Amino acid sequence: MKPRQKRIALIAGGLASLALAAMLALNALDSNIALYVTPSEVAAGKAPQGKAFRIGGLVKEGTVKRDNMTVHFVVTDTAKDIPVAYTGILPDLFKEGKGAVIQGKLGGDGIFAATEVLAKHDENYMPPEAQHAVDQVKKAQAK
Amino acid sequence: MGNHGGLEGGIGVKQSIIHWFKYASPQSFYPLAGRMIPWFWAAAAVFGIAGLWISFFVAPTDAQQGEGYRIIFVHVPASWMSMFIYLVMAFWAGLGLALNTRVSGMMAQALAPTGALMAALSLWTGAFWGKPMWGTWWVWDARLTSELILFFLYLGFMALQAAIDDPRRADKAGAILALVGVVNIPIIYFSVKWWNTLHQGSTINLNKAPSMAQTMLWGMLLMALGFWMYSIAVALTRVRAIILERERHTEWVKHALE
Repeated sequence: MKPRQKRIALIAGGLASLALAAMLALNALDSNIALYVTPSEVAAGKAPQGKAFRIGGLVKEGTVKRDNMTVHFVVTDTAKDIPVAYTGILPDLFKEGKGAVIQGKLGGDGIFAATEVLAKHDENYMPPEAQHAVDQVKKAQAK
Repeated sequence: MGNHGGLEGGIGVKQSIIHWFKYASPQSFYPLAGRMIPWFWAAAAVFGIAGLWISFFVAPTDAQQGEGYRIIFVHVPASWMSMFIYLVMAFWAGLGLALNTRVSGMMAQALAPTGALMAALSLWTGAFWGKPMWGTWWVWDARLTSELILFFLYLGFMALQAAIDDPRRADKAGAILALVGVVNIPIIYFSVKWWNTLHQGSTINLNKAPSMAQTMLWGMLLMALGFWMYSIAVALTRVRAIILERERHTEWVKHALE
């Protein structure tokens, strides 16, 4: 092999082994990289016990109730539900039926005591008229 | 076309290969870059103005986020550029390492500051967007964290190159760092798919129609083109300065500066 070919082979080999190492590392870290767990994972006992963590899911329709400064709602992944209590300011995009990521601790009473509520919006961008049309179709399908 | 043979058409394959390698020499790349720069600046201005006009005046309000979503027209092009420039930079760095071509290392060095600027812009506009929409400036989710790592990779590349006096050795050390960092690019891109993140998934995908109104998409693509042209113009301007600096002892630079 010429020195140039040798160098190219070395670089290619180095990159391939690096990619493999990174893949294995990421695979091992998998659950630690996740920002939140879903209500189903909490129900399956995958949430850290006695420690603060984040749950992510949809704010269940018709469950948001305000009681003075405290907001009660239910977060769901459509399979499992978790009731949440939060005292503080909610982001503007926090809405029933929309995504949210909630940090806090699971109390003994099964209610998730939140310290922070973040809104998670989706990747769709459209004018209000188009959104209205989409909503109409969804309503028609639900009937 | 100009009187530089490489730009004339109708030449044989063998000859054209020789002409391509000609531009691997700093002496012939310097004037070529100089001739291209004004065109890229002009294109950057045209695409930038058209993109901004659509972004602010033509694209409709978003149903969920109202007017605040318009930061996407800077945020997404900057993020794309930050990732793409890194790939190009690593490509040149790797080429320089493998073939010992001089201009390659200079190209990598010239691209790094613009890449760092784009990564910073992406993080900064992202924070400004995150506060009103998500309710937080920053969260340690996979997308945000990997983009921050990209920013530090650029800074590390620049610092490492600056720390070594001999430019050829600086290029080699920088190239290895740049190539190792390439691993981070697919992580950024797929982070929203692989893990639970606060950052939403991709709006623009290769395998399905974009989930975005048509005019919004046009604004974003024009802005992205403008960012491309700007990045090329700035990188070429910078590479010319680097060529002059590194080749300052040669006769042709002395002539060129007279």
